[in-house]
Amino acid sequence: MLSSYAQGLIILVCINVIAVTGVSLLTGFTGLFSFGNAGFMALGAYVSAIASVELHAPFLVSLVAGVLVAAIIGFGLGRLTLGLRGDYFLIATLGFGQVVQVLIEFFDKVTGGARGFANIPPKTTLWIAVVLAVGSVAVAANLIHSKFGRNFTAVREQEVAAEAVGIDTFRFKQMAFVLSAMFAGFAGGLFAHYYMYIVPKMFDINESALFTITVVVGGLASLSGSVISCVVLTLLPELFRSLASYRMLFYGMAVVAIILIRPSGLMGYHELSFGWIRERMRAKRGKTASKERKT
Amino acid sequence: MFLQQVVNGLSVGSVYALIASGYSLIYSLLGFSNWAHGDIAMVGAYIALIAQTSGHVPFWLAVVLAIAGAGCVSMLSDMVAYRRIRNNHSPKMFLMIAAMGLSITLQNLIMVTVGPRFRTYGDVIPVRSIRLGGISLGVLDLLTMGIIVVALVALGLLIGRTKFGLGVRAASSNMVTASVLGVDVNLYIRLVFLLAGVFAGMAGVLLGLKYNIYPTMGSIALKAFIACVVGGLGSVPGAILGGVTIGVMEALVGGFISSGLRDAFTFALLIAILLVRPSGLLGKNIVDKA
Repeated sequence: MLSSYAQGLIILVCINVIAVTGVSLLTGFTGLFSFGNAGFMALGAYVSAIASVELHAPFLVSLVAGVLVAAIIGFGLGRLTLGLRGDYFLIATLGFGQVVQVLIEFFDKVTGGARGFANIPPKTTLWIAVVLAVGSVAVAANLIHSKFGRNFTAVREQEVAAEAVGIDTFRFKQMAFVLSAMFAGFAGGLFAHYYMYIVPKMFDINESALFTITVVVGGLASLSGSVISCVVLTLLPELFRSLASYRMLFYGMAVVAIILIRPSGLMGYHELSFGWIRERMRAKRGKTASKERKT
Repeated sequence: MFLQQVVNGLSVGSVYALIASGYSLIYSLLGFSNWAHGDIAMVGAYIALIAQTSGHVPFWLAVVLAIAGAGCVSMLSDMVAYRRIRNNHSPKMFLMIAAMGLSITLQNLIMVTVGPRFRTYGDVIPVRSIRLGGISLGVLDLLTMGIIVVALVALGLLIGRTKFGLGVRAASSNMVTASVLGVDVNLYIRLVFLLAGVFAGMAGVLLGLKYNIYPTMGSIALKAFIACVVGGLGSVPGAILGGVTIGVMEALVGGFISSGLRDAFTFALLIAILLVRPSGLLGKNIVDKA
């Protein structure tokens, strides 16, 4: 049916969508910037890979183990750092991402160090990836429309006011942070079982930066925007593969251009839905109609 | 042995301090993390390399060109990208995302034009060392520390004693009030970007002399960001203190514990300081207003 190259691309998109969904919950809806999500992805990848290879655990069990470890570490890190403001929090999470990489390299007896960890069974198939990505986005979408989601938004928009009306802002920040760590860990587990070989370098600070760029380009507070931008930004460099080294140059310039031209991102503060499309079309028609009236 | 490591740490730490001070200046005015700052340093290092190898100019002139070039690239980045985002009144994080895009752009621009190979300036500075009471001091390290101390003292005088410095301090304390009182805020911002770029260019060449020149060498700025947070964001003395602290601690951990765990200790220090002082050592305590 599909060529193995196309299948690989779809699996890669699905894995990225899961990780980006986590960042979208945290950055887009709670307003916290984290540069540690690649670190959580690394935790998920290594824990699940070691569980599969060394302990011969079934795929599902090793995935869950990766998610749990990411959640526990995320909870601990959140407790320490979520009281910090703005860039202080950002740099703290950035440092965390670096430390995960350093520690994986240091404990090379267990993790294979900088040489990498190999022979992971290839369990992430096309269908598993697609189903899990759709499932993850559905869970996140439900969460956003729940009471929790509205509290996340309240924390983003007016933290002091939210606190004043009785929202325990620290608790909701903590929750969003742990959730985003879990999504990252989940994506990491799938990643490891797709590539069959992982090295710490795959989960460096640039990976975290790409997740955040994806969410901002998609538009803050828009889950569908994050998903669309994730699909586009994952596939775009692949389409320009023939241009080899120029593709990342264009990627960087595109990011700057999008921020300059469309500061609210592709879908800022809107969700892709039939109602929204109808409204847009009506607005457009209204605009052209008023233009015609003027001339 | 202990003193030797402290001296090594001071040498690296002074470079962190140089990068961090420019980063901190920009932060104090605009309140955003300039992710492209380290890449400006990288561009400076490459300008010197190209001037030296293709232009065949004497090394001192190559350094002057590098510093001027880095300053110009930094100022241009404001004129092309950041100023327009400021005028849009977008949230501050858009400045940061634009800086990330710029960082990717600069790295890959060098990658496709000059190539990804590791380069050096050759034997420009003699690899000699002076022994002083059991400590050996490299000529390059001494030179680095000397230049950086002079540069930072000059910066202190510029900010503290001149009319330009007064304008910068006014703009960083309240940009709207300053502009109402007749400070040309956009001009000052541009000049601060120029100044930060000049410092970054200097740091880039010094790093290139000590280690290698390669497209992602700007990632050392991550250490400078951490230094700024340790010292307190937006505080230039804090940035210098943070840079030196991290440099010395890295050298001590590398020398006595394990060089592989250096970054883990830096992070532990960062978290420990932020737990005690959430706004860094010398930072102002920011409180959200309702």
